[in-house]
Amino acid sequence: MEINRVNTRIIPFRFEYHSPSSLGEALTILSRYGSEARILAGGTDLLVDMKQRLIEPRHLVDIKRIPELKLLGGDAGGFMIGSAVRLRELERSEAIKGRLPLLHEAISSMGSVQVRNMATLGGNLCRASPSADAAVALLALEAEALIAGPTGTKKVPLEGFFLGPRATLLRPDEILTGVYVPYPPEGAGSAFIKLGRTSLDLAIVNIAVVLKLRGGIVEHCRIAMGAVAPKPLRLRNIESFLSGRGLTPEALEEALGMVEASIKPITDIRATADYRREVSKVLLRDAIKTAVERCGGLGS
Amino acid sequence: MRIEFTLNGRRRRVDVEPNQLLLNLLRDELGLTGAKYGCGIGVCGACTVLLDGEPVLSCLILAVEVDGKTVETVEGLGEGGGLDPVQEAFIETGAIQCGFCTPGFIMAAKALLKENPEPTEREIREYLKGNLCRCTGYVNIVKAVKLAAERAKHLT
Ligand SMILES: Cc1cc2nc3c(=O)[nH]c(=O)nc-3n(C[C@H](O)[C@H](O)[C@H](O)COP(=O)(O)OP(=O)(O)OC[C@H]3O[C@@H](n4cnc5c(N)ncnc54)[C@H](O)[C@@H]3O)c2cc1C
Ligand code: FES
Ligand code: FES
Repeated sequence: MEINRVNTRIIPFRFEYHSPSSLGEALTILSRYGSEARILAGGTDLLVDMKQRLIEPRHLVDIKRIPELKLLGGDAGGFMIGSAVRLRELERSEAIKGRLPLLHEAISSMGSVQVRNMATLGGNLCRASPSADAAVALLALEAEALIAGPTGTKKVPLEGFFLGPRATLLRPDEILTGVYVPYPPEGAGSAFIKLGRTSLDLAIVNIAVVLKLRGGIVEHCRIAMGAVAPKPLRLRNIESFLSGRGLTPEALEEALGMVEASIKPITDIRATADYRREVSKVLLRDAIKTAVERCGGLGS
Repeated sequence: MRIEFTLNGRRRRVDVEPNQLLLNLLRDELGLTGAKYGCGIGVCGACTVLLDGEPVLSCLILAVEVDGKTVETVEGLGEGGGLDPVQEAFIETGAIQCGFCTPGFIMAAKALLKENPEPTEREIREYLKGNLCRCTGYVNIVKAVKLAAERAKHLT
């Protein structure tokens, strides 16, 4: 592996370090240096890349001392989570555990306690890894990305935020300030499942399902998967197929049959494309089953 | 760049380069070689130190990032030259073989016990899963953490 041929003890080049204390100041620095600058959040992705010289920014803009990016709070409709909030803080939040159990489940599965003490939610989204666990959960929750740039702020559906591996909508002079996560409908059940080689590893495949039944009929269904395409995916065709149907064994079988055509997995060090195709169906079945149990069973 | 932080209870003021990692500041400049360089990419936990009381990986933190913060390393444990109860427990249970992973495990275990004074075996294994040991097979490490937890309970 490439990583074994590089010296990961040091960062082998020089850069300038900036630690702005406000969002405005951070945006000014980013505008000044353009693509020479990179945002530093928890560094758990960025510094690993820099050690391998995959990127060599001349300027690092540390956003961890910007109060606006560390906000965390719920309103009547959902949760606002600042991009620089650490995963560990989210994991510990009783409010998130209660109102957004899917996000809690996904975040608790990430890395080790050390990694979660460092890594931020924004970093997981902006790195745009196809397997990003929080991204998959937030897609199924239909979160919105909040973006600030030199000309103001905007809100975009998270689904449109990811363009491909390591690529997002963000321009070099923009910052992801946070996400807004609406609460799932009252009475919905959810499940996040991650299959990895070890419990510390990135996902071979991960899946998030939000499901609500009424009188045994699927009323609300959101499905997202990771590590099966160049970016985290919503499986909209399966969602619409299931909506309005009863979850009979036949309907479920038909839905699982649609998985293969909806994903484009690759073979890499973690698994083969064939394995990912097979296991995606198993995970979808398991996640639906768990989500149904959590919303009170098939009869609900 | 000039930074100021609290290291094992003492205020320190040092000049660092922006690309200098916390691990290398501790080991190469400040002579604290407890935290180890294992993988450099966040997967082994040998470089674990406490930052404002929480376990983090000093191989993936810039020295400049700890400006104004509190860092604790294994060298800061124990009072009056003695060993910390967690260190004692590691020795007594044979949780140390080559010892390379030990400072990282001990710092992570300290944080675990502060947050959860009576962890189950499952909770211990979950909390310490980011620390790798190539020698012991982990069984005695889990025993050490349990022993330290039990003794702390009898003391209070
Ligand atoms: C040992 C280990 C285990 C891991 N396990 C998992 C896992 O189980 N699941 C998983 O999904 N990931 C995992 N990761 C990957 C990583 O920890 C996460 O993706 C993490 O959330 C990244 O956040 P960060 O704050 O460290 O990002 P950083 O490394 O600081 O940044 C990542 C990228 O995003 C950019 N960026 C960060 N914040 C912003 C912002 N607000 N606006 C614009 N751009 C921004 C940075 O410039 C950089 O390009 C693991 C990493 C390690 C080292
Ligand atoms: S050296 Fe830091 S985690 Fe391995
Ligand atoms: S005792 Fe040798 S690596 Fe743990």
